[in-house]
Amino acid sequence: MTASASAETLARTGLRSPAFARLLRALLPALSMTLILIAIAYLNPRAISYFGFSLMLNLAIPIALATIAQMFVITVNELDLSIGTFVGFVACVTATWLRDAPLLGVVVLLGSIGVYAALGALIHLRNLPSIVVTLGMSFVWQGLAILMLPKPGGKAPDWLQGFMSLKPPFVPFPIIAALVIGLGVHVALMRTSYGAVLRGTGGNAQAIHRAGWSILKTKVTMFALTGLFGVLSGMALVGITTSADANLGNGYTLLAIAGVILGGGEFVGGRVSPIGAVIGALTLALAASPLLTFMHIPPDWQVAANGAILIIVLAARALISRREGDR
Amino acid sequence: MTAVRTLLARPWIWSFIGALIVWLAAILFTGGYGAGGMITAALSLAVFMVIVGIGQMFVITLGPGNVDLSLPANIGLASAVAMKVMGGSNAMIAVGLVAALASGMAVGAANYLLIRVLRIPPIIATLSSSFIVLSIDIAYGRGLQIKPPPAFADFTNIQVFGIPILAIGGVVFAFLAGIALQRMIYGRSVLAIGQNMRAAWLAGIPVERIRFFTYTLSGALGGINGALLAGYFRGASVDIGNEYLLSSIAVVVIGGTSVAGGKANVPGIWGASLFLVLLLTMLNTFGVSAGVRLLLTGLIIVGVITAAGGQKTLR
Amino acid sequence: MSEGKSVIVRLDGVERHFGAVRALDGVDLAVESGSCVGLVGHNGAGKSTLMHILAGSGRADRGRIAIRGHEETAYSVARAQKLGIRCVFQELSLCPNLTVAENTRITHASLKGFGWRKRSAALIRAKLDEIFPGHGIDPSDVVGDLAIGQRQMVEVARAFTVTDEPLHLVILDEPTSSLDAHTAGQLLAFVRRAVDQGISSILISHMLGEILSTCDRVVVMRDGKVVATDTAAAFDRDRLVATMGGTRHRDKVAAVARTREETAVMVRARPRGQVAGAELVAHRGEVIGLAGLAGHGQTRLLLDIVRASTAARPGVTVGAPVALVAGDRQTDGIFPLWSIAENIGIRSLAGLKRGLLLSREREAALARAWQEKISIRTPDLDNNILSLSGGNQQKVLFARALGSDAGIILMDDPMRGVDIGTKLEVYDLIRDEARKGRTFLWYTTEMDELENCDHVYVFRNGRIVADLAHSELTEEKVIQSSFEEGAGAALRERAS
Repeated sequence: MTASASAETLARTGLRSPAFARLLRALLPALSMTLILIAIAYLNPRAISYFGFSLMLNLAIPIALATIAQMFVITVNELDLSIGTFVGFVACVTATWLRDAPLLGVVVLLGSIGVYAALGALIHLRNLPSIVVTLGMSFVWQGLAILMLPKPGGKAPDWLQGFMSLKPPFVPFPIIAALVIGLGVHVALMRTSYGAVLRGTGGNAQAIHRAGWSILKTKVTMFALTGLFGVLSGMALVGITTSADANLGNGYTLLAIAGVILGGGEFVGGRVSPIGAVIGALTLALAASPLLTFMHIPPDWQVAANGAILIIVLAARALISRREGDR
Repeated sequence: MTAVRTLLARPWIWSFIGALIVWLAAILFTGGYGAGGMITAALSLAVFMVIVGIGQMFVITLGPGNVDLSLPANIGLASAVAMKVMGGSNAMIAVGLVAALASGMAVGAANYLLIRVLRIPPIIATLSSSFIVLSIDIAYGRGLQIKPPPAFADFTNIQVFGIPILAIGGVVFAFLAGIALQRMIYGRSVLAIGQNMRAAWLAGIPVERIRFFTYTLSGALGGINGALLAGYFRGASVDIGNEYLLSSIAVVVIGGTSVAGGKANVPGIWGASLFLVLLLTMLNTFGVSAGVRLLLTGLIIVGVITAAGGQKTLR
Repeated sequence: MSEGKSVIVRLDGVERHFGAVRALDGVDLAVESGSCVGLVGHNGAGKSTLMHILAGSGRADRGRIAIRGHEETAYSVARAQKLGIRCVFQELSLCPNLTVAENTRITHASLKGFGWRKRSAALIRAKLDEIFPGHGIDPSDVVGDLAIGQRQMVEVARAFTVTDEPLHLVILDEPTSSLDAHTAGQLLAFVRRAVDQGISSILISHMLGEILSTCDRVVVMRDGKVVATDTAAAFDRDRLVATMGGTRHRDKVAAVARTREETAVMVRARPRGQVAGAELVAHRGEVIGLAGLAGHGQTRLLLDIVRASTAARPGVTVGAPVALVAGDRQTDGIFPLWSIAENIGIRSLAGLKRGLLLSREREAALARAWQEKISIRTPDLDNNILSLSGGNQQKVLFARALGSDAGIILMDDPMRGVDIGTKLEVYDLIRDEARKGRTFLWYTTEMDELENCDHVYVFRNGRIVADLAHSELTEEKVIQSSFEEGAGAALRERAS
C-alpha cells in the first residue's frame, strides 16, 4: 500500500518531465535551423548579410506557404499528395490568365479552392483514404497545368513581380514574409476559438462531435485552407521565377510534408505548429542548396543530404518521444 | 448463367472489362488497324506495372498507412546497378540480375528499419529513404551510358506468337503471387495483419517478421523491375522508375485491393495495368495531348476510389 | 427527500438489447433536484448503458425519458446539454493535443470572440480551485502532458463549469478511479456542496465507502434491473455487497479433489506491479481463475504471458504453446473479412499445410470438427464470420484456440455478451479439455464462472491480493478482496 502511494507521488512529481520533453521538441526546429545557420556562417561568413539572406532564402516563401498548406490537412489527420502539382497549376494560371484576363484568373483560382473544399467533403463523407484521392488529383492538376502551358513560358503579372522583389530596409523581404506568414497562421489556428475546435478534430474527433460540432465542417474548412495557401504558394513562386512551367511545383509535395514534420508536426493527433512549420520550411530552403554548396557537397548528394537531415531530425524526435512515453 | 454470375462477383473482372472497353474504343477509332500490335505493346508495358504493383499490393494489404514510396528511386538505382554490373557482357547477365535484386532488397530492408526504429509512418520513412537512394543513383549512375548486353535486351523483347515473353513470365509470376497470397502462411499472415494487427498478434502471427519480409519483397521486386526496364529501354536512367510511384498504387487500388488493408487481389493488378496502359494507348490514338491524358487518368483514379471505397471501416 | 423537491429526471421501463442480451430490462429511475444518487452494481449490470441513455449518447429500445416533467421524444446529446445534463464518462473525452482552457472552450459554444482564452482559463481555473484546491494544473497545460489523475480532475471540473446553458444534473461515472485519496476526498466534498446548492448528481463508483458517505439515495443494479433503491442510511457495506452479488446460490461444480503439486507447473507469472511475493502458478490440467474488478491488471498479465511465449520475459515462464481467447471480439479477435473456417484456422496454419501450401480440405475439416464439438450454428462454414451472432462468434474464437496445438489457453473475459445457454456449453468443454491435460487461465468478473475454476487469484490495482483454492472460494471473499480499501481507505479517512 505504501509502495502504491509512493509510486503515485513519483508519477505526480515527475509530471514536469513530459512537459520538458515537449518544450525540447518544440525547440528542435529552431535548434536545427540555428545549427545550419552557424554552419553557413562558419563556412562562408559573407553569407550572413542582407544580400546573402535575400539570395539564400529566395525560394523560401513559396516553400513556407506550401508547407503551411500541407500542415492544415495534417492537422485533421489527412495528407495531401497533390499540393506540389497544385502549386504548379496555380503558377501556370497566374502566369497566363491572371495576367491576361485577371477576372477569369481570379475565378479559376477561387474555383480551385472550392475544389479542395469539395475534396474534403468527399473524403469525409465517403470515408476515403486521402492519400489515394489526392494522388489522383495530382494527375488532374498536372494535366490541367500542361493543357494551359504545354511549354515553359507565360509571365508573372507585374504587380506580383514587383511585390516579390521588394527590398525593405534592414531586414530582407523573405524573413519579413516568413514572420508574417508564421505569426498570422499561428494566431488564426492556435489562438482563435474556432482554431481550437479545428485542432481538436485531429486530437479526438469523437469528443468534438459529442460536444456538438460538425466534423464535416471542420474538414472542409481545413481542405479549403490548404487550397488557399496552395494558391498563395503558386503565386509567390511565379512572382519570383517570373515565368511558369507545369512542372514547377512538383518537388513541393515532399518538401511540404518534410517541412511540417521537421517543424514539429505529427501525422496524427492534431499536433502541429505553424511557426515550427515555417521554420522547418526555411531550414529546408537553407539546407537545400546554400549550406550544401558551401560545404562543397556535390550536387549529386544534395537530395541525399536532405533525406539524411530529415532522418536525423526524426531520430532525435523519436528519442524525445520515447522519453515522453516512459511516463 | 451461374458461371457468369460468379465471374461478375469477382472484383477483378471489372478492371479487365474496363481494359477490354478501352481497347475496343481504340480499335474502333483506327478501324481495326493495329489491334494486335496494340495488345502486344500493352502487354509489354503492363508487365512492368504488374511486377511493382504486386510488391506494392502486399505492402498496402498490411493495413492503413502502409505504402512504399521509395519504388521510383529504387527502380532507378537498380537499373543502374544492373547495367554497370552486366557491363554489356552477355556472361554477366545473371550476376547483374542478382545485383539488382540485392540492391532492391537492401532498399526495402532499410525502409523497414526506418519504420521500426524511428517509429515513423511508412509514408515519411520510405520518402526519406527514397531521397537518399535517389542521390546514390545520381552519383553512381552519372554519365552512365552502358547499353544492356545484347542477349538481355533481346530477351526483354522476345515474342512468342505476338505475346512478349516478359508478359508470359509476368502471368506466371502473378499466378505464384496469388498462390502465396491465398494458399501460403505468408499471404494469410499479411491478410490477417491488414485486417487487425492486434488480433493477428494474439493469434500467434509473427507480425514484425512478416512486415519486414513484405517491405523487403517490395524492394526486391522494384530491383528486378529496374533491371528489366533497363533491358527493355536499352539503358538505365535516373527517372526510369518515376511513373511507378503513382501507377504502382493506382493499379493496386483499381485492381480491387482495399487501401484499408486485409483484402488483396492479384488478377486485378493485371487487369488494372492493362486498363491503364490501354487507356493511355487509346488516348494516344485519339491524338489527345499529354495534359488531357494526365487529367483523365487522375479523374479515373478518383472516380474508381470513390465508387470502390466508402465501405465503413470495421474498426 | 421531501415531497417539495421536483424530479429532474424520470426513466420509466427503459429496455436496451444487444442481440440476445438484455443489457437493460425495464429500469425505472427518478432523480430529484438537489439530491445525489449512488448507482452500484457489478460490471455488466447495466449502469453504463443506462447512463449513456440518460446523457443522450445511447438509445433506449423501449421506455420513456422525462426531464423536468417533460417527456422527451427526440432525445440526443445536444438536447441533454440544453437541458443542463452533463456526463463524465470513463473513457476520456478530452482532446489530448489541446490545452486545458481550449478543452473547456470545446464544450462551451459561447466562449468565443476577443479574450475567449482569458475567459475560458478563468472559468476552468476557478472551478478547479473550487473543487480541487492545490491542484497544480495550469489552464495553459496541454492535456496530453497531464497525469491521468489530473486529466480526470480537468474533466470533472469542466462538467461543472457554467456559461450560458443551465446545469441541473451531473453524471459521474467512476470519477475517482484515477484520483488519489486526498483528491477523491476533495471531489466528494464538492459534490456534496453542489448538491446542497441544488445541483443533482448521479455517482457511479466501485468504492462503496464513497457511495455510502456521499449519496442521499442508493440504487443497486444487477443483470439489467434495479434490484434495490433505498436511502443511503439504510445500507451498510455488507448489505450493499449482498444486494449486488445476489442471494441466488447455484450448486457448486464438483471440483476434482487433487493436490496442486501432482502435475507439472505450466505457467508461473508475476504481475508487473507486484514487487515480490505472490505470483500466479498454473499446473497442467488446472483451470485457474483471475478475478477482481475489470481493468485491474488481469488482461495485462495475460498479454504478458502471450509475449513470454515467443520471447523471454522476466517474471513470466511458460511451459507450452499459448493461445488466447479474446473477450473484446472486435479489437482482439475477429478478422472481419474472413469466413468462419478461415477465422478458426488462423491459429493452426502450420498444421494445415500439405507440402508448401495450405490445404483447404484440412482447414474445412478442422472447422467442421469444431463446429460439431462446440455447435457453431451456421448453415455454411464458408460464410463470413460476421454472419454469426455474437455468442457464435465467440465460439469461433474458442474453436480457434482449442483447435490449435496450444497446451495453455488464456481466456480474457470471453463470455461478455454471451447468453447463458452458450455459457453452459462452454463451461463443460473447458472442464473436458482440462481433464485431457490442457491448462486454462480464465479472467472473468462473474462469480458463476469462477466456480468452474480450481484456483482463483484476485487482482486489485495490478496486483494479486488474494489466492483462493476452490474449497475456500466464496463470493463474499472475492468481493471483499476486490473492494478492500485497506490502507487507502485509512488514508482517505485521515484526509477528510
